[in-house]
Amino acid sequence: MKFVSAARLRRAQERVIAARPYARHITEVLKSLAGRVPEDAHPLLAHREKVEKIELVVITADRGMCGAYNTNIIRSALEFLGDHSDKTVELNILGKRARDFFRRRPYPVRSEAVNELQNLTFADAAAITKTLIDDFCNGETDEIWLLYNEFKSVVQQRIVRERLLPIEHIENPDSDKTLEYIYDEPPEKIFAGLLPRSVEAQVFRALLEAAASEHGARMSAMEAATNNAAEMIDGLTLYANKIRQAGITRELIEVVSGAGQ
Amino acid sequence: MAIPEKIHLEIVTADKQVFSGDVDSIIVPALTGYLGILPGHAPLLAELGIGEIIFKSGETMEDVFCSWGFIEVLPGRVVILAQTAELSSDIDLKRAEEAKTRAEKLLKSGDPNVDYAATELAMMRAISRIQAAKNVTLRRPHK
Repeated sequence: MKFVSAARLRRAQERVIAARPYARHITEVLKSLAGRVPEDAHPLLAHREKVEKIELVVITADRGMCGAYNTNIIRSALEFLGDHSDKTVELNILGKRARDFFRRRPYPVRSEAVNELQNLTFADAAAITKTLIDDFCNGETDEIWLLYNEFKSVVQQRIVRERLLPIEHIENPDSDKTLEYIYDEPPEKIFAGLLPRSVEAQVFRALLEAAASEHGARMSAMEAATNNAAEMIDGLTLYANKIRQAGITRELIEVVSGAGQ
Repeated sequence: MAIPEKIHLEIVTADKQVFSGDVDSIIVPALTGYLGILPGHAPLLAELGIGEIIFKSGETMEDVFCSWGFIEVLPGRVVILAQTAELSSDIDLKRAEEAKTRAEKLLKSGDPNVDYAATELAMMRAISRIQAAKNVTLRRPHK
């Protein structure tokens, strides 16, 4: 089992790494544009004055056997619900574990999806993002947060709680201001086209990170299980040998004392 | 200021880096029409539509099918963020041709349920894919 997870982990890790250049470049382009476009130029940037409704996207695994991975996320989701108890928080659930947990509890669930993380494509992430963006733009919700495990290393996952929408104000570093761009189209239009893409990239990254951490967590859980089993086998072997020897000794005593009479 | 001889080109999609390397010239399918970029181009930002990205490096030419994206030209460096980008060698020609026939049939059918805008885009994608795949086959030097 450990090796199965190890193989899956390697693949998941490669995907996380392969997705990084896109995310990096899109942020760079956005940064260089940010200074030239008014801050509230796009609805995705607009901060609502009164935040009353929040959507939380919780990403867990579909299967167990991965240590505290799922429990940690669910606990963190409950904390989030506690922190925002004065507002309406609706959950968007990805993963069987969270679905099963929240199904039995009285929290409003807006959407749920299972088995998304296996064979995840960018198109899946884009579809999820589109629903979220629509909800935000229609005023169904004032803020959208993501909750997932970030892949630090095989034995370490970090729970990340980050705001997806509205997009944080993007700082424009001064060094970029010296560059005069030619725009093939009005900068506002290009900006409007780029923003949803960058949100998609963020969701995609979160899902990939979650998948990689899941495999990492499962791999260490399986390794721990193998080690524990080895310890238990040692203990049981010793116990079995002791009983066997006690039996032999008893029989010998019986034979010897029988022969003496 | 001397004009550099090469441009560093990076083509990335959301799930992978398609190309990274130094090239002599680039042609991209911007929404307003095909754009040519040579070394020393002024900084530019444009949105890309469906078409082919063609770049030349020495004698070799490479075709990349591209559908939607952005190009950022910086001094000495070009970044293309594409929604889809496929190197011509990776394109499944048969599948693209099937997609084209399917789209053609739908467009000619006159069925009111057909989403014409979407089908037309699918058709454009198929045609560009086929062109990208074929161009390289034609240009490959004969031995």
